Amino acid sequence: MTRVDVAVQGLRKSFGDTLALDGIDLEIRSGELFGFLGPDGAGKTTLLRILATLMRPDEGTARVLDRDVVRDMWELRRLVGYMPGRFSLYPDLTVEENLRFFATAFGTTVEKQYEVIAPIYRQIEPFKTRRAGALSGGMKQKLALSCALVHRPEILLLDEPTTGVDAVSRREFWDLLADMRAGGLTIVVSTPYMDEADRCDRVALVQRGRTLAIDPPGEIVARYPLPLLAVKGGDRPGLLRELRDFPHVHSAFPFGETLHYADNRTGGDPAGIAGELTAYLTKRGLPEAVVVPETPGIEDAFMLLMVTADGPDLAGGAA
Amino acid sequence: MSTPRKAVVARDLTRRFGDFTAVDAISFEVAQGEVFGFLGANGAGKTTAIRMLTGLLGPTSGSAEVAGHDVGREPELVKRAIGYMSQRFSLYEDLTVRENITLFAGIYGLSDLEIRRRTEDLLERLQLGPQAGSLVRSLPLGWRQKLAFSVALVHGPAVVFLDEPTGGVDPITRRQFWEMIYQAAAEGTTVFVTTHYMDEAEYCDRLSIMVDGRIAAIGTPAEVKREFDAESIEDAFVQLVRPEATP
Repeated sequence: MTRVDVAVQGLRKSFGDTLALDGIDLEIRSGELFGFLGPDGAGKTTLLRILATLMRPDEGTARVLDRDVVRDMWELRRLVGYMPGRFSLYPDLTVEENLRFFATAFGTTVEKQYEVIAPIYRQIEPFKTRRAGALSGGMKQKLALSCALVHRPEILLLDEPTTGVDAVSRREFWDLLADMRAGGLTIVVSTPYMDEADRCDRVALVQRGRTLAIDPPGEIVARYPLPLLAVKGGDRPGLLRELRDFPHVHSAFPFGETLHYADNRTGGDPAGIAGELTAYLTKRGLPEAVVVPETPGIEDAFMLLMVTADGPDLAGGAA
Repeated sequence: MSTPRKAVVARDLTRRFGDFTAVDAISFEVAQGEVFGFLGANGAGKTTAIRMLTGLLGPTSGSAEVAGHDVGREPELVKRAIGYMSQRFSLYEDLTVRENITLFAGIYGLSDLEIRRRTEDLLERLQLGPQAGSLVRSLPLGWRQKLAFSVALVHGPAVVFLDEPTGGVDPITRRQFWEMIYQAAAEGTTVFVTTHYMDEAEYCDRLSIMVDGRIAAIGTPAEVKREFDAESIEDAFVQLVRPEATP
């Protein structure tokens, strides 16, 4: 049986009047690359901080590597690698000094652990005498990851490592994570970028301190119940307006170069609905509209789950 | 003051820091009422370019006109003619919704009457009337970003600069935000926007992609995709930013 590296039950945490975590239950298996997906304020950072033993839950339990995050805090700290969302290294120390500091704090040396950090550290090693504060964003991120790995942790917790990072650098960072996962490390990553779900074995969709779904991204998407169509061609605001006026509309939103139209007739035939919509849009003065059945993505699924969880006030579109 | 047909005109706009050229002679135009996406990798020079276009940083050489004013010679006039919103700083969290609106309207020199009128108008448009007396800190992030955008428009600027306005925002609010952008553009405001969400690049009328201080691609999303034989803007972006990674 696969070992469970993270087991969370009934986790709650408030800050004053703000409920950050509203009852979280989840398990993460050994060797998994697991993603917490959700917008800012969903509770991702709080959850990771509790797992990293940096914060205590108000209620519920969390066990990491079979140790309790509160009771076994000191033991656990040696086993967990944590990379905070904000750059938290010493800007006045050089790259090498930062790394040595973290190695020493954990009673080891950079030399002893070189093999563990090499795949990442090698990329910034040419700049090892540069002050950390003077590094580019991408290099800071690689240094922070090296520092989180230098004590050879058994599990890695990364809080929004790709936030504010350009699309290409994000891809490269996920390639690095995939390599580390292949080496057997358990990795937990939080991100607000829905398109990164596909890089995870399983994801938890998080919103307002609750999980909306926990599964492989492919399974979450496969459960999407509504007929979904992509619409393009012609005046975008006009298309949106007319689609939202269609009697069977569940929602209509821009999606890249197309609009995604979700129909509220669960299980309906997408091809038939495409024909209906084309005729409707033509009648409404939008004959150049092209309507084709669309495969839902994780963002479609997230949006539907959000609306279901929050009530109908978010459905439709414009404020 | 006459309304310029072009909201932004940059001519060989350049900024050097020591021997490093952050922005290397970029030239481009943005029409009034256009939604213009300003893309680029981290460190490509976007932030430096925006600081020049908003009158915060003088060019080393070249020039730019924003809303009809020269950014180098008339930075104060530029600042009055534009709105600005970023993900990091946009509103005072310890002030109420109403206080934030009146504060910014006051900073932009609107009369007391105008301030009152626009504050009520804005609260109604955003349906934030009931929250007018709440601290901004207590609003959900998505609402804060919508309010910040409205506040950036409170003085009726010709051009509004949005620096990653939707970072970290949930997927529904992100799209509602873009509908606000469309509405502002339809009312004649030019929107100059940066984003790391490549799907949002598709929502722009035109976009540019900066690489190493230069504009490596510019055009409508369809034109840029055609030029790079790319299926999406993200593909074009990858080709430009990491040519060695493209087969």
